[in-house]
Amino acid sequence: MTTPSLAETAGPSTPAAKAHPPETTAGAGAAANVLRALTRNRKALAGVVLLSFFLVLAIFPGQIAPDDPTAEIYTPGAGPSAHHLLGTTAYGQDILSQLIWGTRLSIVIALAAGGLATALAVLVGVSAAYLGGIADGILSLITDVILVIPIFPLVIVIAAYRKNAGLFTLVVVLGALGWSYGARQLRSQTLSIRSRDFLEAARVRGERKLYVILFEILPTMTSLIVASFLGAALYAVLTAAGLQFIGLGDPSSQSWGTMLYWAENNEALGAGMPLWAIAPGVCVALLGAAFALMNYAFDEISNPALRPVRRSRGAGSRT
Amino acid sequence: MNAASERILEVRGLSVAYNSDGVPVVAVDDVDLELSSREFLAIVGESGCGKSTLLFAIAQLLSPPAEIVGGEVLFRGRNMVSLSRSELRSIRWRELSVVMQSAMNALNPVMTVATQMRDACKAHADMSDAEIEARSREVLRLVSIDPVHLHSYPHQLSGGMRQRAMIAMALLFTPDLVIMDEPTSALDVVAQRSLMVQIKQLQEQLGFAVIFVTHDMSLVSHFSDRLMVMYAGQVVELGATRNLFERPLHPYTRGLLEAFPSIHGPRVHLLGIAGSPPDLARPPAGCRFSPRCPEAEERCLASPPALLDTDGCLVRCLLYEQASARTPTTEARAGGAP
Amino acid sequence: MSEELVRTERLTRHFRIGRMLSRRTLHAVDDVDLSIGRGEIVALVGESGSGKSTIARLLALVYRPTRGEIYFEGRPLSGVRRRRQRLAYSGDVPMVFQDPYSSINPAYRVSHGIVRGIALHRRDVLRRQRQKEVERVLDAVGLVPAAEMRRKFPYELSGGQRQRVGFAQALAFRPKLIIADEPVSMLDVSIRIGVLNLMSELRAREGVSFLYITHDVASARYIADRVLVMYAGHLVEEGPTEDVLQRPLHPYTQLLLSAVPDPRAELGIADATDVGEPPKVVDPKEGCRFQPRCPFAVAECAAVTPVLRHLGPDRRVACHVAEADTEERPGTLAAV
Repeated sequence: MTTPSLAETAGPSTPAAKAHPPETTAGAGAAANVLRALTRNRKALAGVVLLSFFLVLAIFPGQIAPDDPTAEIYTPGAGPSAHHLLGTTAYGQDILSQLIWGTRLSIVIALAAGGLATALAVLVGVSAAYLGGIADGILSLITDVILVIPIFPLVIVIAAYRKNAGLFTLVVVLGALGWSYGARQLRSQTLSIRSRDFLEAARVRGERKLYVILFEILPTMTSLIVASFLGAALYAVLTAAGLQFIGLGDPSSQSWGTMLYWAENNEALGAGMPLWAIAPGVCVALLGAAFALMNYAFDEISNPALRPVRRSRGAGSRT
Repeated sequence: MNAASERILEVRGLSVAYNSDGVPVVAVDDVDLELSSREFLAIVGESGCGKSTLLFAIAQLLSPPAEIVGGEVLFRGRNMVSLSRSELRSIRWRELSVVMQSAMNALNPVMTVATQMRDACKAHADMSDAEIEARSREVLRLVSIDPVHLHSYPHQLSGGMRQRAMIAMALLFTPDLVIMDEPTSALDVVAQRSLMVQIKQLQEQLGFAVIFVTHDMSLVSHFSDRLMVMYAGQVVELGATRNLFERPLHPYTRGLLEAFPSIHGPRVHLLGIAGSPPDLARPPAGCRFSPRCPEAEERCLASPPALLDTDGCLVRCLLYEQASARTPTTEARAGGAP
Repeated sequence: MSEELVRTERLTRHFRIGRMLSRRTLHAVDDVDLSIGRGEIVALVGESGSGKSTIARLLALVYRPTRGEIYFEGRPLSGVRRRRQRLAYSGDVPMVFQDPYSSINPAYRVSHGIVRGIALHRRDVLRRQRQKEVERVLDAVGLVPAAEMRRKFPYELSGGQRQRVGFAQALAFRPKLIIADEPVSMLDVSIRIGVLNLMSELRAREGVSFLYITHDVASARYIADRVLVMYAGHLVEEGPTEDVLQRPLHPYTQLLLSAVPDPRAELGIADATDVGEPPKVVDPKEGCRFQPRCPFAVAECAAVTPVLRHLGPDRRVACHVAEADTEERPGTLAAV
C-alpha cells in the first residue's frame, strides 16, 4: 500500500497534493443538521437553555456576582439572608459569589477535557476502523484496555502525582482517559460506512487515505461526534468535581469542586452550613444534566431504531 | 371464475397514511380489490407507489406512524381491521400467511430452520413435537429442499434455498391466501425463474390464492391471473394479465411495458418514462401521472380521474371517460373525490 | 475490432477465506482473457458469484491480480507503482457504482465529487474554471439546469439523478473507458432505460468505451456491441451481442437466456427444471464448473477444465461439447 507522501507532488500546482480542504461547502449541511437536531427535541432544547445560562455566568461573573468570592470579610457560617442569598462559608465568603465565579472553571474543564477526549476518540476510533488489519487490532486493544480500567481510581493515581492539579493537568488527565467509549462508538459507525460506495469511489479516483478520513468520513459523522462530545463533557464535569472534592485539584482555585472540598473539610452539612455543600453539588448536577439533555437529540442518530419512521422520496426502500 | 370459487378477500376504499414531520402523507389512496380463492393477483409498481404498504395493510402488519385511515379489509367476510390481536393470531398463518421480501433479512440468523418452523407452529396451533417435525419435513419437501436442511442455519443455505424455506414456512398450515412481497428480488435470474414455477405449481397443488407484489412486470406475465398496476398510491389499472400485456390501457402501464428491453424480437430504441413519481406529501391536483404522461391533456392536470370500468378492465385515466361506465363503487362514493 | 484499449491475460484473483491460519482460497476470477476496444460498449454478464464485480475492481486497481496481467494501451498495469501513474490510470478508467444511494457522499453537495475529480486528474483546469467544467459534465448527463443541480444535496435527488451524477463524476476525468458496475440494477424500471440511453449517447458523443457489468441480459442486448458471459469465475462465452443471444453456444448461456422473463414469449414450464445455483468456488478441482448442472455434460467435462477457444470469427466459447459440435459441423459457423 502506498503511504500518503506529502512530499510527492504530481505537478506545479502543489496544494491539491496534500489533504487540502475541499472547496465545496461541507459545513453548511452538517452544522444545519446539528442545529436542527437540537432545536427540534424538547429535552435537548431544555439542555441548551440550561447550558446557555451557565455560559452567561461563566463569561460575565464579575457583572453578576455580588461579591468577591475570596473576600473573607463576612460573618462566617451565616444562613441565607438578603445580602447573602445562599449564606456564607466558614471563612466568611459569600457562597453565591463563589458559585458564580466557580462556573467558569467548571465549564472550561468540561469543554476542554470533553473536547480533548472527543478529539482522541475520533482519531483512534475512525483510524482503527478505516485502516483495519493490524492497526485496528492494536488501536482496539488499547481502547478496550482503557475502557475496562476503572477510570476514577486511575485518574486519582495519576492526579496524585501532581499535587494540587491545576486546570491544565486536570484537562489532560481527564481527556487522556475519557476517550475510549467514544472511540468504540466512532469505530462502529466508521465500520458501518466503510463499505459504502462513496468511500470506495473516493479511493478509486485517487484520494489519499488521510484525505478520505478527514474529508469524506468525518463530515458524515458530525452528529455522532457532537453526541460523543456531549457525553465526554458530562463525564468531565462529574469526574473533575469528584477529583477536586477529594482534594486533588488546586484548593485555591475557584470552582464548584473545590467548594465541595472546603465544605467537606469544614463539615458544612453537619455544622449548619448545608448550602455551602448543596449549592455547588446542585450546580454540578445541573451542568451535567444540560449535557445529558442535549444528548437526547442525538440518541436517534446513534441508534437508528429510535428514529421515527421517515419515508422521503429518494430513500432506498422500494414500496 | 366458476360459481364455486368464493371471494376470500375484499378490500374496499383502503387508505393508509402516515405522519411525516407533521405533514400527513397518504401512501395508499382509496384502493379496492377483490380476490377469489385460488386466484393469483400480481400488484406491480415502482418505488413509492404504495404496493408494499398496501400489502402490509392487508396483513394488518402496519406499525406506527403508518396507519389505516379509511376503508376495510374483509377476509372471508370478517373485517380484519376490527379484529383483536388474538383473533388475528388465529387467522394468521393458518388462513393467511406472508412471505417477506429478501429472506436474508426475514430469517433469524441464530436459529435453525427447524427451530423457526417450530416457533411458527407453536404460535398458531397446538401441535406435538412429533407433529411439528413431520409437518416441517413435509413443507420442505414441497419446495424441493432436502429435509436434512432442517437443522441448518440460514447462512448455510444459498439465497434461493432461503427464499424457498420462507415459502415453506408460509405453507405450514396450508393457508387459503399467501401474500408475497417481492420474494424473488434478491435472487439470480435462473433461481428466480425456478422459484416462480415452483410457486405456481404449489398454488395449483394446494389451492391457495396469491397476492404477489413486484416491481418487475415481466416476471409475473406468465403466472398471474390478474394484474394490478399502482402509481403514487392509487390503482391505475386492473385487469386480466394477458389483456394488460396485449392491450395496456393506461399510459403508465404502456410506459412500463415499453421500459423492458427484450431479448427476442427487433432491437428498438426505448424511451422509458421521463421524470419521477410525485411527492405524496403534496400530490398534484389532477391526475397524478399527468406531469409525466405523453398523452396528457389540459384537463388531466386539473381533474383527478376516477377508476373507470372499460370492458372488464379498470383504468384510472380520463382518456377512457367516454367509452366507459363508472364503477358501482365509485358511484357510491361519488361525494368523496379521490 | 477497433483499436484495443484494455486487454487482460490470464487474469486471476483469489481471496483467502476462513480464519487466520486457514489455507482455503476463494477463486473469484480465474484465467480471464478479455479485451475492450476504443469506443466500444462491452457487456460482462453473469450472476452472483460469477466474478464480474471482481473483474471491475481488478480493472479499477482496487485489487491487484493474483496472477495474470492487465494491459492498458499496450502497457502492463503491474508496472504502475507510483502514485502519479495510478492517478493517471484512474483518470482514464473511472468507475461508476451500483448503488445510487451510497455512491455519493451525503454530507456534501453534488458538485463535490466532481470538483475533487477535476482537482486530482485535470490539472490543466484552473480553479476558477472548475465550476464551469462541473456544469459542462452535468449538462452532458442530462442534469439540467446544471447551475441549479450542482448546488443540490444528494438527498434532494432521485435514484436516477444520483446515478447520472455518478456518470458526471466519471466524465469529468475525460476518461477513455468507464467501468459501470451494475449501474441500473437498483433503479426503478422506468428510469433504467434513461440511464442506458445515456451510456449509448456518451459513447456516441464523447467516444468513451464502456464495460457494462450486469446480470440483466436484456439490458446488455439493448446497448452492448459485444457480450462476455461469466460463470463461477470463468469467462465461458464471448461474441457480438446479437450472435451470442440468438445463437448461444455454451449451455450456461442457453440456460440464462431461457430463464429471462419475456412477456412476449410463450412460457414452457418444463423449461425450468434446473434448481441449482452457481457454486462458491473454493479450492476447486479440475473440470468445468458448470458440469454439475449441465444437461450435455460428458466424461471429459468433469476431468478437464475447458479453455476459451475461438469457434468462429469473433466467437469464443469454453465448452468441450460446444467445441466438439463445431468440429463435427464446421460448415455451420462459417455461414455466420
